[in-house]
Amino acid sequence: MSPEITPNLVAEHGLSNEEYQRVLKALGRAPNLTELGIFSVMWSEHCSYKSSKRWLRLLPTEAPHVIQGPGENAGVIDIGDGLAAVFKIESHNHPSFIEPYQGAATGVGGILRDVFTMGARPIANLNALRFGAPDHPKTRHLVGGVVAGIGGYGNCMGIPTVGGEVNFHPGYNGNILVNAMTVGVARADKIFYARAAGAGNPVIYVGAKTGRDGIHGATMASAEFNADSEEKRPTVQVGDPFTEKLLLEACLELMATDAIVAIQDMGAAGLTSSSVEMAGKGGMGIELELDRVPMRETGMTPYELMLSESQERMLMVLKPEGRDKARAIFEKWELDFAEIGVLTDTGHLVLKMGGSVVADIPLAPLVNEAPLYDRPRAAAPAPRPLGATGLPPLADPEAALLKLLASPDLCSRRWIWEQYDHMVGADTMQRPGGDAAVVRVHGTGKALAMTTDCAPRYCVADPKTGGAQAVAEAWRNLTAVGAKPLAVTNNLNFGNPERPEIMGQLAGCIEGMAEACRALDFPVVSGNVSLYNETEGRAILPTPVIGGVGLIEAVAAMATLALKEPGHLLLLVGESRGHLGQSLYLRELHGREDGPPPPVDLQAERRNGEFVRAQIAAGRIAACHDVSDGGLLVAIAEMALAAGIGAELEGLEAPPAALAGLLFGEDQGRYVLEVGASEAEVLAQEAARRSVPLRRLGRVGGDALTLPGGHIISVAEMRRVHEAGLPALMGAA
Amino acid sequence: MKAAVIVFPGSNCDRDVAVALEQASGAKPVMVWHRDSDFERVDLIVLPGGFAYGDYLRVGAMAAHSPVMREVRRRAERGVPTLGICNGFQVLTEAGLLPGALMRNASLQFVCRDVHCRIETGQSLFTSAFANGETVRWPVGHHDGNYFADPATLDRLEGEGRIAFRYAEPDGSLTDAANPNGSARSIAGIFNETKSILGLMPHPERLADPALGGTDGARFFKGLVEALR
Repeated sequence: MSPEITPNLVAEHGLSNEEYQRVLKALGRAPNLTELGIFSVMWSEHCSYKSSKRWLRLLPTEAPHVIQGPGENAGVIDIGDGLAAVFKIESHNHPSFIEPYQGAATGVGGILRDVFTMGARPIANLNALRFGAPDHPKTRHLVGGVVAGIGGYGNCMGIPTVGGEVNFHPGYNGNILVNAMTVGVARADKIFYARAAGAGNPVIYVGAKTGRDGIHGATMASAEFNADSEEKRPTVQVGDPFTEKLLLEACLELMATDAIVAIQDMGAAGLTSSSVEMAGKGGMGIELELDRVPMRETGMTPYELMLSESQERMLMVLKPEGRDKARAIFEKWELDFAEIGVLTDTGHLVLKMGGSVVADIPLAPLVNEAPLYDRPRAAAPAPRPLGATGLPPLADPEAALLKLLASPDLCSRRWIWEQYDHMVGADTMQRPGGDAAVVRVHGTGKALAMTTDCAPRYCVADPKTGGAQAVAEAWRNLTAVGAKPLAVTNNLNFGNPERPEIMGQLAGCIEGMAEACRALDFPVVSGNVSLYNETEGRAILPTPVIGGVGLIEAVAAMATLALKEPGHLLLLVGESRGHLGQSLYLRELHGREDGPPPPVDLQAERRNGEFVRAQIAAGRIAACHDVSDGGLLVAIAEMALAAGIGAELEGLEAPPAALAGLLFGEDQGRYVLEVGASEAEVLAQEAARRSVPLRRLGRVGGDALTLPGGHIISVAEMRRVHEAGLPALMGAA
Repeated sequence: MKAAVIVFPGSNCDRDVAVALEQASGAKPVMVWHRDSDFERVDLIVLPGGFAYGDYLRVGAMAAHSPVMREVRRRAERGVPTLGICNGFQVLTEAGLLPGALMRNASLQFVCRDVHCRIETGQSLFTSAFANGETVRWPVGHHDGNYFADPATLDRLEGEGRIAFRYAEPDGSLTDAANPNGSARSIAGIFNETKSILGLMPHPERLADPALGGTDGARFFKGLVEALR
């Protein structure tokens, strides 16, 4: 018995009146409750990208090495030798704020499924996390829960969590960000897609049973938060990484056969989105017998079955002759295996339960006629330049450096990554803490480098520059380990798109990203958009996270950031203009968050990066680190900390008013290199030939950083403050 | 040298230890599924790391009662050398093949890092490649590695030379800071009475390849393979 579809009920399902009129037109009649629920999730912001699609089209998505761009479960790129890298990033922001452990854990579980659905074995997890102010009463609880949840899921699955980034800012007090990324490897000729084909083919449900958890998760992810949001805890799913490990092994075992026609994980909007997407992409119809769905609870309604977001489930279309083989594999792994329906050629989604039809929706309008909006936008006012006045000259570089190294955004992340198994698989060539994580492609001499990056403080000041900078930074981090950057996945986290200033941020960031991706030949192959990240009308900082993946052909040639050899020279690649706007120095030392972000010169970025990569490949570089948050002196300090060796610096003299910019300015496109004395001459010639600015910074050695003017900062003291930051914040000091 | 690696649902270091064994011995180990109640004759049985059966009841508890464990117990009790790493160590204690228990880490957090271990005795099949008192660097990765036994058992283990490894500083000294999980008397690995069974929390297989940044794990497996030749 379906209740009457009242305007109130429609509104509760997040559909506007105009959208409901579209539903009526699509069906030619009023929907019942199940049908309303299905339209509601499929047309939610989360599933339909209705506010962002117009802008996402700006992003370059093609390159000769791209096998599959956006629109599938994950992006796929060719990495040579018949292999492909499969990767994607996805948000689980709202659930993680409500219930941090399970929210973060199921975020990891969901992105892992997206990758192994395509036939890839996951080889690494990364994440990008944003929390509120360190002293906000909720922050400690949220950090602890999210980190434990990410670890709890990935560790049990046996997929190493090798990298990520963490920021703290009051802008996330009411709405944290948990973005999880998975990278997998598959045979390039064995990629599996969601596109169903073959009327009469069986539709198979595998994995865990369906319960009442997570109903309307996708709709929750498409609405703002308010003070009652914590009452939404029951909409957060509960993860079972053990079942997912079995599902992974069973799916990969089945994928080694040729039984599968199409496969899709049940993520957001569960059985609805998986069945609709498979049939819709193939231009087919699908008929499901809901009584046959494995259920964890009794008395579940069609509405609940279709909208449940119970985890660790997959939907497949099999060739009929593959059915028995498939059943045997899933029985071996002790997972549910149920034939719940059949692919049809009707173009309709037909659901039956208890012998009667409980829903009948034409797929074409459901999939293709989702509303699309070109929402009004307002450009952010251009930030006022910092100006020369108002900032006291830097008197004590030593104290400033120590304060920055201890600050929440720059202190050591060891407390976090020691809770992640980052070594399982025995292919982790660069552990957390470097510019990019490096994971060997098992059984080969090549490796994938991977990183997640975004500087939200730049994006809020100037969305276009911030968007471009996030891409450039990811590209630079991959370059700094010697990898050739190949492609990106992005996670666009923004506030309520119905507000013009938020739409302005979204559009601006995408424009900047598109420009940078084009200039750096760094196409976008997958991604996720998370909007409505607001609580009580306060939006997060615009946070377009870039997950970058690059290839190292010979892993023995990779570079690391740790200083190596006393006597070696330190060189700086790139131009320093002393840009302090939006810098961490400005924020941590002067409590100011103003000025424009550093400009991004994509041509210089590319020139400098290609120079650095070539020198690493030629074996001339002993250590390499990109200069980013905190500027030049922080970069050098990080290289010293990684090694326990100091350096004597030179050429860093400046008049008092310019010293802060020289030491802590965040100009882009820069790297610090360590080279042997005999290599320095070759590098100078190479740099001149390529018009790359290169200057000498000093010499490696000793147990302290020695600054011109007699300032000496011991590595031991830097280590003490750098390592103490996060444990102190977490009350574990 | 023929080895068998037991694969439980939820094992996740089975491939890593198989790679390390093959590198050391030149022979691929046989992978034995948990439901197999019999498997071919082997010179070494390995219980790998991971989360067998999800470790939902108590770490290692369900695996200890799986069909394959009846056969593992029968062979181990007859003296077939048996090695349990991390989750495998937990399974061996739950199966009663080694004394004591692995409790939740004192920090209550999962811990993944390199640790130093002091070789307490080089007089065993498993440790003959090492000198007494030498320290090695191996990674740990566990949530439940806090070794516990009653004082009488600990005294007996010490008296009988059955402590294989202790967490230590690089110079071999024992400190709280060097003990990653709060284990009693810094114990990282122990033997059974005849030293034919070894359980340890660290993962030598994770530093068994110079490209990964260390070779102390390779020394462990090479020594074991040599001793079994």
